[in-house]
Parts: sequence; structure tokens; C-alpha cells
Amino acid sequence: MLSKKQARTFFLGGTLVTFLAFIALTIYSFSGSQDQTNHENITEAVIRGKHLWETNNCMGCHTLLGEGGYYAPELTKVIDRQGEGYIKAVLMSPVPWAPNGRKMVAYGFSKEEAQDMVDFFKWIGEIDLNGFGEVVGVDRTRSSLSE
Amino acid sequence: MKYKSQKVAYWFFALSMALFALQLVYGFIMGFAHAGFDGLHSIIPFNTAKAVHLNLLVVWLLSGFMGAAYYIIPEESQTELTSVKLAYVQLISLALVGVAAIIGFHFNIWEGRKFLEIPRGLDYLVVANVLLFLGIILTTLYKGKRRTTTSLVLVMGLFFAALLYLPGMLPFDSQVTDSFFRWWVVHLWVEGVWELIMGGILSFLLIKLTGVDREVIEKWLYIIVGLTFLSGVLGTGHHYYYIGVNKIWLVVGGIFSALEPLAFLAMALFAVNMYRKGEKKHPNKIALYWTLGAAIVSFVGAGLLGFAHALPQTNLYTHGTLVTAMHAHLAFWGAYAMIVMAIISYALPNMTGRKFNDTNIGRMAFWFSNIGMIGMTVAFGVAGVAQVYLERVMKMPFMEVQKEVEVHFIVLILCATLFVSGIVMYMIEFFRHGRPTDEALVKN
Repeated sequence: MLSKKQARTFFLGGTLVTFLAFIALTIYSFSGSQDQTNHENITEAVIRGKHLWETNNCMGCHTLLGEGGYYAPELTKVIDRQGEGYIKAVLMSPVPWAPNGRKMVAYGFSKEEAQDMVDFFKWIGEIDLNGFGEVVGVDRTRSSLSE
Repeated sequence: MKYKSQKVAYWFFALSMALFALQLVYGFIMGFAHAGFDGLHSIIPFNTAKAVHLNLLVVWLLSGFMGAAYYIIPEESQTELTSVKLAYVQLISLALVGVAAIIGFHFNIWEGRKFLEIPRGLDYLVVANVLLFLGIILTTLYKGKRRTTTSLVLVMGLFFAALLYLPGMLPFDSQVTDSFFRWWVVHLWVEGVWELIMGGILSFLLIKLTGVDREVIEKWLYIIVGLTFLSGVLGTGHHYYYIGVNKIWLVVGGIFSALEPLAFLAMALFAVNMYRKGEKKHPNKIALYWTLGAAIVSFVGAGLLGFAHALPQTNLYTHGTLVTAMHAHLAFWGAYAMIVMAIISYALPNMTGRKFNDTNIGRMAFWFSNIGMIGMTVAFGVAGVAQVYLERVMKMPFMEVQKEVEVHFIVLILCATLFVSGIVMYMIEFFRHGRPTDEALVKN
């Protein structure tokens, strides 16, 4: 059986090795040809859209890239699913949008802000998500939200 | 209680309990909203309730960990804390930062990044607060008569928890990169360094409660925290499967996530074996309940339920659904809430001199809260699996699915009521112990 000293070596050694591997994999996954984050298509409008996304805590209800709250729809492929016009109408609405009775905060965005959000969602929708995009992004034409 | 300065821990525990109570209120607001009753929407919309619920969890657990450190470190180092006054300054500033953040969430002041919603200005205050805390703990450890493995592991966990807060403050234009480094904080906290804190507290409690030799317990502590990091660091990959980064994480995250339950299994076996080896003479049975409970429930909640949806093939469908809420509730409860409640149950009689060690209400608090939480986990699980099949496989629209699973939130609310009744009993016991007193010093 291990001695206490050997157990400590196992802890410190294992931690060091896995942490270095983690750093190496991080560098690898963001390097040149391996990078699939779609960062080359980020525009000023996309950055403004991300800022709006964060400052209004949209993630508190919605998921994006599968992350966030489970109270409102996943928005990764929302442009494909609902179209730009619908999204802008929701964001610019002066009264709470309430599809099927579940209310959204009335943000009353300006036209420009709504466009920035749309550009942000378009950029998100074009990221290669290793197959997740197909799971959340197709065959939603029956949605009662678009009626 | 052996050192007067340990009393400061009481107030951190009291802050923990107050914030925990408030967290439960916001949990109910969210549960009712999911069940179709969102009457508070105009003043507390769901995203506000969620930010408050999550951040109160983080702050009350941190306050509990800090209280644990203020209680454990003097006893392990065999010396008084270097500054009790500064510890109170740190307590008050922690409470003020927490309350300011919570109020801000009601006025649209936040960063909107899950678990890290605290606005940037307050982030700097959090950093200053934690530096003050670490300063007190590290100087105490430095001047102490002995440095035990238990105290070193606990302090290492607290130090790295502070260090890992920093990647969450890096600004990124890309949502993908932002999310990638957000997990450096959230995952490496809860499936990494927080487990060191949990391990340190667990080790201290087992040494005290079972009477098993320190050398045996601390050797196992090294093995368990070693397994934790060996699996947990690269296990971060399970958050990277589908957020827009390289496929290499599907392989790395899949393999190491599958190993993550081993660390929790080792922890559960370790705690149960130490109990069986021990003398079983310690009068504080309630503390023993919570200690063994934490080790076992964390294996089920964090280990098994985490594994249930951490494989890439499963996670492709469960990612971003209520299945995550199922795992998160039992994992946070078992691993962190219960270990904080264990150290409070152990420390309270020692700090106040009132030995409510094995009361009916104390036992009922344990069973009601645990059965309630297991019921909540099942309700989330049923709703989550139904959501996955209807929305992700059958392609039904989101809101139609939500209507279908509404009934499970009624069950959730009923189980949550049982859970809360257990917590209320725990808090009654907390107040029944009264305040800490120097007279308790002579009684130990």
C-alpha cells in the first residue's frame, strides 16, 4: 500500500501533468488550422450584440450554445428558425412578449440595437458546433411562436 | 473550541444561513414560474431570480468555507488567528458585496454570464476581500506550531479558488472564447479546487469524529484529491463539446469525465471506511450524519448523475436542458451544501457550549432535507428526459414541450417544500445553540 509520501507525490505529480496537458490542449484548440470559433467573422455589430446579450442577462432565461437558463428557447439557430423580422419584433416590443403565456422582459430595443442582436445571432449560428447545431436547429417550422 | 479567535467562524456560518434562506425564496419563484405561475414577473423576472439564486449559492458556500477555515486553521495550527478584527472587516465586506450584487440584479446591473453575474466593479472588491481572507489564513498558518496535511489541502483549495476567479475577468469579443474561459472558473472551482476544500473539511471532521489516526486519514486525503485533479482538470472538456471549439475535447472530455466519478467514489468509500474503523464514541451524531451524508450524496449527485450526461453521445442531446439542472442540484447539495452543514453542526456545540448533539429535530432536519432534495432531483430528471425526447428527438417546439413538463414542476415544488422544512429545522437548531462564548473554551 502507498505511504503518505507516495500519496503526496501522486497528488502533486498528477495535478502538474494534467494541468500542463490542459494548457497544451487549450493552445492546440485555438491554434491556426484547429480553431473553429468563427472569430474571423466577428464584426463591430457582433461585439455590440454580445454586449447587449450580457448586459441584459439574456442567459438568465435562454440558452445559447447550450449554456444558460432553461426557461426560454435555445437561441443558437434562432435566425434559421424564426427569421430576422420576428426576432426584431420581440426585441423592440414595448410590452412583454408572451408566447404561450410565458413572459419575456420588454426590452424596447431601438432598431439599431435589434439589428446588432440579429448580427450576433447570425454569427453564432455559423459556428461549427460538432453536430449540436443540427440537434437544436432544424425542423422547427411547426412552432406556434411563429404563428 | 480551543482558541478564542475560532468564534469568528460563527458569524460566517450565520451569514451563510441567512443567504441560504434567501436563495431558497428565489428558488421557489423560479419553480412557480416554470409551473406557470409568474405573478412576480414585473418586479422579479426569471433572469433576475436565476442570477440571485445562483450567486447566493456561491456566496453562502464561500462564506461557509471561510467560516470553516477560520474554525479549522487555528485548531490545526495550534495558534490564534493573526487578526480577529480584520476577519470581522472581511466578514462585513463580504456581506456588503453580496447584498450589493443581489440588489443590482434587480436593476439590470450584471454581467450576464452564468454563475459570474456579479458586475465588474464588484469583482475587484471580491478579489480584495478574498486577498484579505487569504492574508489572515496564511499568516496564521505561517506562525502556527504545526502544518498538517489537512490544513495545507484546505488552504491550497482556498488559494486556488481565489486564483481561478481571475480568468473569469478576462474580456473577450467572442462568445466562444468567453464561454471557454468562464469554465476555467466555474468547472475548475466545482469539479477541482472546491473539492480540495471539501476534502480538507471532510478530513478534519473524520479525524475529530471517528478518532482514526490522522496519518491514515491524511494519506487517503492525498489520494482522493489526487484522483480529483487527475480526472477533473481534463474533465473540463465536457463543457467544450458543443460550444464551438475543436473536436479534440470530445475525446479528452469523454475519457476524463468518465473517470470523475472515481474521485467521488473514493471519497464516499473513504468516509464510510473511516467511520467503520473508528471508535463511534463521539457524541455529536448530527455532525456525523452530515459528514457521511456529504460523502455519499456527492458521489450520487456529482459522480453518478454527472457521468450520466457527460459522455459526448448523451450530452449532444442533453446539453442545455433540464437534465443539467437535475445533476447540478444534487451535486451542489451533496458536495458543498452538506459539507458546510457538517462543519457547522460540528463546530456549533463547541463554540457555544450547548451540546445539542443528537436531537430529534436535528435528525429530522437531515432526513427531510435529503429526501426532499432527492425528490427534487427526480422531478428535474423526469422533466429533463421528457424535454430531451420531445424537443431534441421529436423536434417539438420549445414552449409546447414546456407545457407538457409543467406538471413536474408542481412535483418539484412539493418536494422543495419538504426540503425547505428540513432546512428550517436545521436553522432552528442553529439559533437554539445561541451565540459563541469564551466559556465554551473551558468546557472543551
